[in-house]
Amino acid sequence: MTPDPSSRTAVNYLNVDYGVRSWLLTKDHKRIGFLYLVSITVMFAIGGLAALAIRLDLLTPAGDLMGDDTYNKMFTMHGVAMVFFFLVPSIPAVLGNFLIPLMIGARDLAFPRLNLASWYIFILGGGITLYAVLTGGVDTGWTFYTPYSTEGSNTNVTSAALGVFVSGFSSILTGLNFLVTIHRMRAPGLRWLRLPLFVWAQYATSIIFILGTPVIAITVLLVAVERSLDIGIFDPALGGDPILFQHLFWFYSHPAVYIMILPAMGVVSEIIPCFTRNKIFGYKFIAVSSLAIALLGFLVWGHHMFVSGQSVNASLIFSFLSFAVAIPSAVKVFNWTATLYKGSIGFEAPMLYALGFIGLFTIGGLTGLFLASLGLDVHVHDTYFVVAHFHYIMVGGAVMGYLGGLHFWWPKISGKLYPEWLARVSAVIIFLGFNLTFFPQFVLGYLGMPRRYHVYPPEFQVLNVFSTAGASILGFGYLLPIVYFAWSMRYGKVASANPWNAAGLEWATPSPPPPDNFAETPVVEDDPYGYTRIDPGEELQVA
Amino acid sequence: MIPELPLFPEQASTMAGPVDQLYFFLIALSAFFSLLVAGLIIAFSIRYRRRRVRLERPEDFGMLQLEIGWTVLPFVLSMVIFYWGAMLFIDLRRPPADSLEVFAVGKRWMWKMQHLEGRREINELHVPIGQPVKVTLTSEDVIHSFFVPAFRVKQDAVPGRYTDLWFEATKPGRYHLFCAEFCGSQHARMIGQVIAMEPADFQAWLSGTERGAAPVSMAEAGKRLFTDLGCVTCHQTDDSGRGPSLVNVAGSAVELSDGSSVVADSAYLRESILRPQQRVTAGYQPIMPTYQGLVGEDQVLELIAYIESLRDRGSTPLGEVTQRKTEAATEGTAG
Repeated sequence: MTPDPSSRTAVNYLNVDYGVRSWLLTKDHKRIGFLYLVSITVMFAIGGLAALAIRLDLLTPAGDLMGDDTYNKMFTMHGVAMVFFFLVPSIPAVLGNFLIPLMIGARDLAFPRLNLASWYIFILGGGITLYAVLTGGVDTGWTFYTPYSTEGSNTNVTSAALGVFVSGFSSILTGLNFLVTIHRMRAPGLRWLRLPLFVWAQYATSIIFILGTPVIAITVLLVAVERSLDIGIFDPALGGDPILFQHLFWFYSHPAVYIMILPAMGVVSEIIPCFTRNKIFGYKFIAVSSLAIALLGFLVWGHHMFVSGQSVNASLIFSFLSFAVAIPSAVKVFNWTATLYKGSIGFEAPMLYALGFIGLFTIGGLTGLFLASLGLDVHVHDTYFVVAHFHYIMVGGAVMGYLGGLHFWWPKISGKLYPEWLARVSAVIIFLGFNLTFFPQFVLGYLGMPRRYHVYPPEFQVLNVFSTAGASILGFGYLLPIVYFAWSMRYGKVASANPWNAAGLEWATPSPPPPDNFAETPVVEDDPYGYTRIDPGEELQVA
Repeated sequence: MIPELPLFPEQASTMAGPVDQLYFFLIALSAFFSLLVAGLIIAFSIRYRRRRVRLERPEDFGMLQLEIGWTVLPFVLSMVIFYWGAMLFIDLRRPPADSLEVFAVGKRWMWKMQHLEGRREINELHVPIGQPVKVTLTSEDVIHSFFVPAFRVKQDAVPGRYTDLWFEATKPGRYHLFCAEFCGSQHARMIGQVIAMEPADFQAWLSGTERGAAPVSMAEAGKRLFTDLGCVTCHQTDDSGRGPSLVNVAGSAVELSDGSSVVADSAYLRESILRPQQRVTAGYQPIMPTYQGLVGEDQVLELIAYIESLRDRGSTPLGEVTQRKTEAATEGTAG
């Protein structure tokens, strides 16, 4: 298929205006999505460099590379940057911002100014946190457990906490914007059960943003208050309760895991139908399971506290609910797998990421059952088993989903094609590097290696060396897309409006879309994923 | 030299076997479902790879049956695992009545252990095999966590409260003791050993005979503190003092000045030493000063051991205090 010549000359959101001002004052959801893309890539690089330092240090049992405090600051920086400033905003703020209006046939989000404000708040929060890191660092871990964070640590806890507090408002406002947009701005005929599953996932995520984020915001603010004003809230020496902090922290931070994974599930639900040329299997079940995960996810926070001194009865209830929340995730995996049945399956890079997602998420989910089992969690809690488990979910799941989505929609975002073969090679490198990094950590954890250990007994070394070797491969794998995406912006082949022959309203606009998205408001008459009607002989456009 | 590459931890407690059984069951289950999903993906990917001819598939084939099947089956399986894990947990959380009592106080960055008979240790804990051992935990500063992988036990040591764990070692040896909750600079160096010994060796060690002089028991040390700190001037053996007599108080129900009552367990006794105004015994003035900052957590434990030893009819073996608590609570004897 030859590229649509009109897309080269036509006015689009990228060429409509040039200059820094036009970007920093933009109200276009697509440009704001692009701003987020650049910002969180910087945060990903910072978090990634910290991870590299951690893995290099763990090559030897004595931790020869750096001192105790430096190591503690490294893993804190890694966690804070990756969780609050990369994973949480990743798919919602980049792809959600860019795609939700396009997918529902709207010209922008409901509140474009608020959307820009969200980005500025995010930058402010990120800036405060970077300031905390650059002027000495923080060593509490991303979990900020009290009373260490309020009484024990003499690092920049207050400013880091304020950074997280501020950036939380960015999440809240983004969630609000998405909810209103999805409720009020759907194109005529786009009923709820015709919404793309990506939009359903963003909807569920937005609920968590709005209900959960205020709790973490007030919690870290209380930490800052106790630290600076000695008001006893969490520190028992001041009459506070340190376990209260854990309840408040996980009330947000467990649902935050679903903030990270639900949007990735949404991405996978878009990619798989396109590259199997099949209607998605079990549309309603996937949509409802997103909501079920978002709601049940609020009731399981206590499973982080089985050895904290929490009562046995509370632990029993939290364990039960944690098993319950596993069911909708399992349902999704089975539905995606069933979508492959009698398809016409292609293995372009987005599909490789989506298939990788299913595999890694399945392992991450199943190992979650180990942790939800009370008697077994006692042993593996706070060990590398937990580290491996949540990296399978957050990196194997969320990051694979994010990269799959970036590749899938890159022609739409940039108007250019990325180099397909290089992208496939990168996807395979990332998959292999990931498993080599994190699979040995399950074994390490069951052996008893605690997390956040800078030095460790010598019998753990071999597995740590495997893990570090894997991390080097993984790091290289992540560099490739950053390089070729940037390269393709300038040198890539021009993309047609719909290079994947995909269904969905976003593909009905030119690539890149014009500032107002749709010249005429589209009218939707069909269910989503109408892939059976596309001619199978038609070639896809790849570079 | 071939480097060490262990893949599975040593089993050295009575709970290690049962915990590992669940672990192996879950590995088998995970392997089955991972291979099922991966196998289907690979098989479909090969069988239905993109070709010129396209297979038509009936819309929504067997959808409802499949959806119900793969919702119900995982639910049933997960409930089996839930029940199994819960039963294990209840066993792990319930120390047998005949447990030997030891105490461990976390402090950046060491573990301070105390035995009732008086021996103290730093970063080492000697225990006998073949007998359940209950470790009461607390912390001087931030949260720590007492983790012995070979025993499959872990419990946070939380400042301001007592938590506990128990284990029964099954074979003599030295086992890693890790702090598992991040506690600052030298968290990774807050490690020690649990040394499991034959009971006879343990008794010899405990009586300190290999060092000459026998150690002073915790209750005895607590008694000296009780005198040195001046507690004895108000808390006398009869009710003539300005404070209540502490004889028979431990484990009994105490009437409070606000009309409620509380069982004088170790948590209450600790609070009464460090924050005496919090819950005052009925009939007494709130005049006791706080001992916060004057006594360390290890000394508080000694004071409690002494208070628990104050019985008017002979001395009660301390192991029985736990059982006495409930009986005393129903009797309603006031202190």
